[in-house]
Amino acid sequence: MFGKLSWSAIPFDQPIPLITSIVLIGTILGVLGLVTWKGWWPYLWKEWFTSVDHKRIGIMYVLLGSLMLVRGFADAIMMRTQQAVAVNAAGYLPAEHYNQIFSAHGTIMIFFAAMPLVIGFMNFVTPLQLGVRDVAFPTLNNVSFWLTASGALLVNISLFVGEFARTGWLPYPPLSEATYSPGVGVDYYLWAVQISGIGTLMTGINFVTTVLKMRCPGMTYLRMPMFCWTVLASSLIIVAVFPILTATLAMLSLDRVFGFHYFTNTAGGNPMMFMNLIWAWGHPEVYILVLPAFGIFSEVFSTFSGKPLFGYRSMVAATLFICVVSMMTWLHHFFTMGSGPAVNTAFGISTSIIAVGTGVKIYNWIFTMYGGRVRFSVPMLWSLGFIFTFVIGGMTGVLLAVPPADFLVHNSMFLVAHFHNVIVGGVVFALFAGLDYWFPKAFGFRLHEGWGKAAFWFALIGFWVTFTPLYILGMQGMTRRLQHVNIEEWKPMLDLSVVGVAILVVGVVCQVIMLVVSILQREKLRDVTGDPWDGRSLEWATPSPPPFFNFAVMPNVEGEEAYWGIKLRAIETQQMSPMPKYEPIEMPVNSPVGFYTAFFASVTGFALIWQIWWLAGLGLVGAFIGFVVFAWRDVHEFHVPVEEVESADRARRASREALMARLAEQGALP
Amino acid sequence: MTDLPATVETIRRVREDPHRLGHRDHGPEGPVKGAGHGDTGPANKRIVVGYGFWIFLLSDIVMFSCFFAAFAVQRNATAGGPAIGQIVEMPRTALETGALLLSSYTCGLSFAATNARNKLWTQVFLLITGLLGLAFVGMELQEFISLAQQGITPQRSGFLTSFFGLVGLHGLHVTIAGLWLATMMAQVQLKGFRREIVHRLICFNLFWHALDIVWIGIFTIVYLMGIGP
Repeated sequence: MFGKLSWSAIPFDQPIPLITSIVLIGTILGVLGLVTWKGWWPYLWKEWFTSVDHKRIGIMYVLLGSLMLVRGFADAIMMRTQQAVAVNAAGYLPAEHYNQIFSAHGTIMIFFAAMPLVIGFMNFVTPLQLGVRDVAFPTLNNVSFWLTASGALLVNISLFVGEFARTGWLPYPPLSEATYSPGVGVDYYLWAVQISGIGTLMTGINFVTTVLKMRCPGMTYLRMPMFCWTVLASSLIIVAVFPILTATLAMLSLDRVFGFHYFTNTAGGNPMMFMNLIWAWGHPEVYILVLPAFGIFSEVFSTFSGKPLFGYRSMVAATLFICVVSMMTWLHHFFTMGSGPAVNTAFGISTSIIAVGTGVKIYNWIFTMYGGRVRFSVPMLWSLGFIFTFVIGGMTGVLLAVPPADFLVHNSMFLVAHFHNVIVGGVVFALFAGLDYWFPKAFGFRLHEGWGKAAFWFALIGFWVTFTPLYILGMQGMTRRLQHVNIEEWKPMLDLSVVGVAILVVGVVCQVIMLVVSILQREKLRDVTGDPWDGRSLEWATPSPPPFFNFAVMPNVEGEEAYWGIKLRAIETQQMSPMPKYEPIEMPVNSPVGFYTAFFASVTGFALIWQIWWLAGLGLVGAFIGFVVFAWRDVHEFHVPVEEVESADRARRASREALMARLAEQGALP
Repeated sequence: MTDLPATVETIRRVREDPHRLGHRDHGPEGPVKGAGHGDTGPANKRIVVGYGFWIFLLSDIVMFSCFFAAFAVQRNATAGGPAIGQIVEMPRTALETGALLLSSYTCGLSFAATNARNKLWTQVFLLITGLLGLAFVGMELQEFISLAQQGITPQRSGFLTSFFGLVGLHGLHVTIAGLWLATMMAQVQLKGFRREIVHRLICFNLFWHALDIVWIGIFTIVYLMGIGP
């Protein structure tokens, strides 16, 4: 009846997961109770869960990603402390639990923290910067979000029903095959990632179409803000490689459930085919994450230096260069496979070459600051920290790209330090910069500057104290994923790394305090102008927060840095652009289809993990009925009356006029 | 989102040749409004829907390419079991291919009827398309079952895994497309040629033809090359 599922799936005998689950379930029930008690359900359902507004979906993505970032960070704390106490000792985490933790850490950080955060920013910012009112497929966007959430849900269910994979964040066969991993851990991994991967693929399709087909009048390709270019490049990679992930995971599932022989080490299966396929997705994946991060830094450097981005066109070229070459380097993840010097050399060269594109970007950012009036606000601090951190991470990467050197540090802590160096220094720093930069646009008030700076310094120092020892340990020969170590000499470095984690914890606490303090002082931090940073792209032309239709009248762009041009004109003529003729706006209606789809996806996924076949069938039928019901609706759009548009825009114009008057009073205008 | 073309002339032009293919720099008349070109502003909904679906099709073809790659890698990994030449039955496969190619033709005819806003012929040709698709899936199932009866299953060897995986994935696609087709027929019947339904028919047509193209690949690489020397 219930497949493999029975009471023994609940970890009653393991205190750590059991206590964590009880606390987690308690917290969730508490939140649900609070929401019910306050009567917030109708609001949440109507305004958020079913929303097709790209800004709301973006905010939900960022929330999901932030929660999962904390969960993944908790795993990281456990790993670092375990290794530090398990020198010639057992430590406090049994091996099978420790293996689940490092697998969950990687899976959660990449799929459910970094991806939702990056996609969240793509969602929130891209249509605003392109001067349009929504993405190409607003309802599909909602479906994408809920599928990602469904995957995250399945990963977290594994905490207290069954177990998670013990095979690392990429389940290498034959270890991940049914023979060697008979439990449901790998199945949890497969279905969670499969479902969220489909969501990501649809996001990619959506954003390629949005950037290529949905730009406001006058917004030619070479007038797009840099962030939009990176979103396009990242989405193109998503469309090209996420199907590979889908195919690979499907093959492994067939192996595990039906005894196929794609990747088995018997009967003609080929485990190395898995390594090739998964890294043909996996390597481009890091560029999917880091390209939008580069976009965020580009916006920040130019805004806070008060200058246009240096070498805009070379930046575009470098972005597209990385987009293409990212798909030609996958083999460097397994130089030790033994493909011979010719193949290894080719991939070593392609890997080194990609650093050229990145180098172009680094110099462009530095030259953007040169001669500018640099303001050291929080987003700028993260960006400067990024240049310092990322360049060193890039250099260790080029070292790893050389096959003979790679053979020495392959699978070692050196590698672990390297990719944290680029992903934390590149992606996470960008996300924090972006959070501080666009927070006022999303919520109408700025984040507290002091706590933001404190968070930055603790994170930067904490990062280096954590990972420098790991570089050294890797050089000394410590391999990754060790549950305990037997070499006493490694103890000091492992301890130092824990000190670094402690500093990082302080950084995280500062971030939380920053949020709380900012919310408490929101009136003081209020952004009334809609342009708190003296921005240059179109999102700053809207009020903070923007109305759901973004622009009362679609902007007409006449050059690069669209909003900067509008501002210059206003300053020169000392008046606003003439009152436009307002027209009613057509906007898509909200839809529960995303929520339904994700519900049935979660049910089906859970059923497939535990092999409850009738439930899986039921879930698929339910999903199909949901689609048909959705396809049957007749009303797709509604009209925003012209009065509403006009009154919203009048308020915006009034605040802009007040800003201009204030600037004139200060003598800031010519 | 609105359909932007304002004049009858632009609408006609956009309908007949939305992307002005072959017109360098968009031709003497400049970029078409509503096609999403250059600085003309957002594309109209028809273009956006079709464009997005093309991107999806490309991603779907990437997925197929993984299964093709697996087949190429594992083609000779027979583990002592049957090889490709021993399991291919050409007459049935030829019939399958004929059915699917013919269905692409009738699918095209249905869209010609859609363009003429002729409900009856749209439905007739969609029905024929669906029946041919059904025949295709039926014959494929028959092939799989008869192989299974001889003990030739994907569990036997890496080669058979990749064979059943690739051919089965295509069959699954055709089945899902058949479900979609039935839904579309119901929608056309009950709702007529509303704008969004015509958009969906465009996408359905693209999908059906794409599956046909993938089958050409399978027919060539798996079956024809299988019986070859």
